[in-house]
Amino acid sequence: MQSSQANKNKKNYYFDRWWLLLFAVIIIILLLIYFKPDPFRRILFFVSDGISVTIYTTLVSFILVLVFGLLAGLGRISKNRILNGAATIYVELVRGIPLLVQLMFWYFAFPSVIQGIGKLLSIQSLSNYRANPILMAIIGLTFCYAAYMSEVYRAGIQSISKGQMEAARSLGMNYFQAMRFVILPQAIRIILPPVGNEFITLLKDSSLVSVVAVADITRRGREFMAANFIPVQTWLMVALLYLVLTLFSARIVTWIERKTKLER
Amino acid sequence: MEPIIQINQVHKHFGHIHALRGVSLDIFKGEVVVVIGPSGSGKSTLLRCINRLEEFDKGSIMVDGIPLDSAENINAVRTEVGMVFQQFNLFPHLSVLENITLAQTVVRKRNLVDAKKNGMKLLEKVGIPDKAQAYPLQLSGGQQQRVAIARALAMNPKIMLFDEPTSALDPEMIQEVLDVMLALAQEGMTMVVVSHEMGFARAAANRAILMDEGQIVEEAPPKVLFTDPKNERTKLFLSKVLM
Repeated sequence: MQSSQANKNKKNYYFDRWWLLLFAVIIIILLLIYFKPDPFRRILFFVSDGISVTIYTTLVSFILVLVFGLLAGLGRISKNRILNGAATIYVELVRGIPLLVQLMFWYFAFPSVIQGIGKLLSIQSLSNYRANPILMAIIGLTFCYAAYMSEVYRAGIQSISKGQMEAARSLGMNYFQAMRFVILPQAIRIILPPVGNEFITLLKDSSLVSVVAVADITRRGREFMAANFIPVQTWLMVALLYLVLTLFSARIVTWIERKTKLER
Repeated sequence: MEPIIQINQVHKHFGHIHALRGVSLDIFKGEVVVVIGPSGSGKSTLLRCINRLEEFDKGSIMVDGIPLDSAENINAVRTEVGMVFQQFNLFPHLSVLENITLAQTVVRKRNLVDAKKNGMKLLEKVGIPDKAQAYPLQLSGGQQQRVAIARALAMNPKIMLFDEPTSALDPEMIQEVLDVMLALAQEGMTMVVVSHEMGFARAAANRAILMDEGQIVEEAPPKVLFTDPKNERTKLFLSKVLM
């Protein structure tokens, strides 16, 4: 009893000192802007509208990845051969193609395919189809990352002892109730670190969408450089901005991990 | 009177292993049946077939007049049959009380207030109401198993299955679990217990069954089976267990 009380206190007063690293990066940015407003202030203002695009693209994709990754992961552990086969083919194929190539496909090739079908069937709305860059970027990121995430889910679910499912089923719960109330709440705690890792990787890989006409941080950086030819300062600022986002995400993941730890 | 569990010529294979070889058994309401036998004799498999955690290949099982064939019937039977496992299998992310209320609210559709009231009543019955807010991993093995019994009872089952409920416990905790089971037996619960606890069998069971190699070798009242077995295999097994 005493030791559990001590643990509780530790949980409340625990300070994650890696926050300091994030503050350090923010301070560096502020110092650069303060002492060298030209060019750093200009760079920051120029790429700042890219920050919200990067965050928006990443967050929307990640929420979709959580949903579709779970579906694919459940497919991978399903005893139904069709579901299992479809999920396995999806994961194996998507894992084997570089993300950049997939993004190119969604933005450049996919609309052409749709237009081709439109012409073939002479459907006006399809043959005039134009791809929305952000939408295609989100589809591309989601399609790819859901495959990775499904493997994380699968590993997490399979790490929960079989007895948990049996206990839930023996109480009369059906498969989905058992998943929802017993298996997933435990599996999610276990997979939190790799899920956080996937989020941060996705955040960084979202820079690839800059090649498919999405004006994210990276693309705005390239545009600034093309006009001003100061590569060192531009890419330093871009790198620091990404660091702020990723370091902040990592702290949030750690915080969630600590909040959801099992009582023992 | 119709038996509450009717097991008829059940066969079960695990790959090449013939785990159950035509087992038939009738159990009546209010009976306490203890199943003993060497490991690998099929006793746990038989128990798990009764609520269809294990599928069987041939034969039939009826529980309370419901045949175990369709998915609907299986869920219907499972709500009537409580099960207690060797490894407790409590849900570690839920408090003790939540462990007991979860299936009541999700499966039985009780409201949370009633479920909690019922849960506290059962925790009192198994002797640990003060642990309601604790988490399973904070409890001793004996306490965990008593919570597991309370969790199963919360569904108001007509039958309770116990799969080696004391085998994973430290010796000093076995009795507290057996006491709860004994009380349950005295209340008239129908129980099928896979266990080598001879003391419990003598005190509570109407019948003891010895299984070996997937078959029922001998069945008799426990006193008779333990002291005056007819079958050679029973004698051999008991001589090893009672040493």
